[in-house]
Amino acid sequence: MTYARDVAALARKDLLLELRAKETLPSMLLFVVSALAIFHFALPHGTGAVAALGLLWAALIFTALLGLTRAFVPEREQGMFDALVLTPCDRSAIWLAKTLSVFAFLVAAEVVALPAFGVFFAGVSARTVAAVALADVGIAAVGTLFGAIAVAGRARELLLPLLFLPAAIPVVVGGVGGYLWFLALYDAIFGLLAWATFEYVVAES
Amino acid sequence: MTVVAARGLAKRYGDRRVLRDVDVDVAADGFLLVTGPNGSGKTTLLRMLAGLAAPDAGELSLPARSVIGYLGHEPLVYRELTPLENLALFGRLYRVAERRERAGMLLERFGLWEVRHRRVSTFSRGMQQRLGLCRVLLHHPSLLVLDEPYNALDAAGAELLDGLLDEPRAVVLATHEPRRVERRATQRLALA
Repeated sequence: MTYARDVAALARKDLLLELRAKETLPSMLLFVVSALAIFHFALPHGTGAVAALGLLWAALIFTALLGLTRAFVPEREQGMFDALVLTPCDRSAIWLAKTLSVFAFLVAAEVVALPAFGVFFAGVSARTVAAVALADVGIAAVGTLFGAIAVAGRARELLLPLLFLPAAIPVVVGGVGGYLWFLALYDAIFGLLAWATFEYVVAES
Repeated sequence: MTVVAARGLAKRYGDRRVLRDVDVDVAADGFLLVTGPNGSGKTTLLRMLAGLAAPDAGELSLPARSVIGYLGHEPLVYRELTPLENLALFGRLYRVAERRERAGMLLERFGLWEVRHRRVSTFSRGMQQRLGLCRVLLHHPSLLVLDEPYNALDAAGAELLDGLLDEPRAVVLATHEPRRVERRATQRLALA
């Protein structure tokens, strides 16, 4: 119960910070809609539905990357990792709270992105919506871990894409193919790995 | 009773040796004054004593994280939150009983009660430092680790900090200007 309350307090803090700064979500929304508009005009007429769906997934992955780049900005710029790590709360609670807030931003971006895809290309099926929701869990879990690793490194802007994009390849494979079981398996395995390893990412060096 | 015990601490960053063979003992009511020029390793040592950095060599015994209060070069508070929101968050994470009352009492003490609903980003550096001290004291720490705590504080703020240092608890304090706290020091460590 204490763990859940810590996670809730930390996630609330992240959402409150975004509500006030209004930096991450508007950028994600603008990016994903612009990307879909560009794809619409770049693709020749008569392009197949599968190709268009592939571009939707590409747009979602890069939008997620944009959000993840911003996820640890307060901790990085204000040295807040030190303050959080000093508290007696379980360090994985810090990861879980950040994962939940990243997940919320992704869902909010997709609430706009999926109808926009319908306008520019074609409506999405219920299976695609389910695939996107499952993919969000894995993207948020893995991306938050890599975001924390990148914050600790020197070339952080370079490091996050280098770590995240290869890890996102299975998400694209599962998403375009509509393999829901595959995405669920990805979420379970990588979510558990991220939860278990986060402590070592923020451990003293 | 010894709160902090360290033997032969050493730390390197790449080829640069920052600390070598540092021994520290701090009693429950002791005051360790750490001095030295820029780059002598004061901050590195204090981060070790707060549990934020690991030594490359040596032995280090520290109390539990929950009883350490650390103030570094930054006040370590979220700038887009208000003082009350910051203290509520850290009070929750430190499991402070009656954290609203505790936060209110500290904000009164450090002259921040009137601005408790204002975002920290609108504060002067000195006010942020005062709030940093509130955060440090929130969970009744028995060991204070303070790195240049007088930085940015005005005369009134410095007096509040003086009062805080007079309270009975273990203190490790690093400063460029030791004159203000010299009389309180029970031990001194000069890093070269």
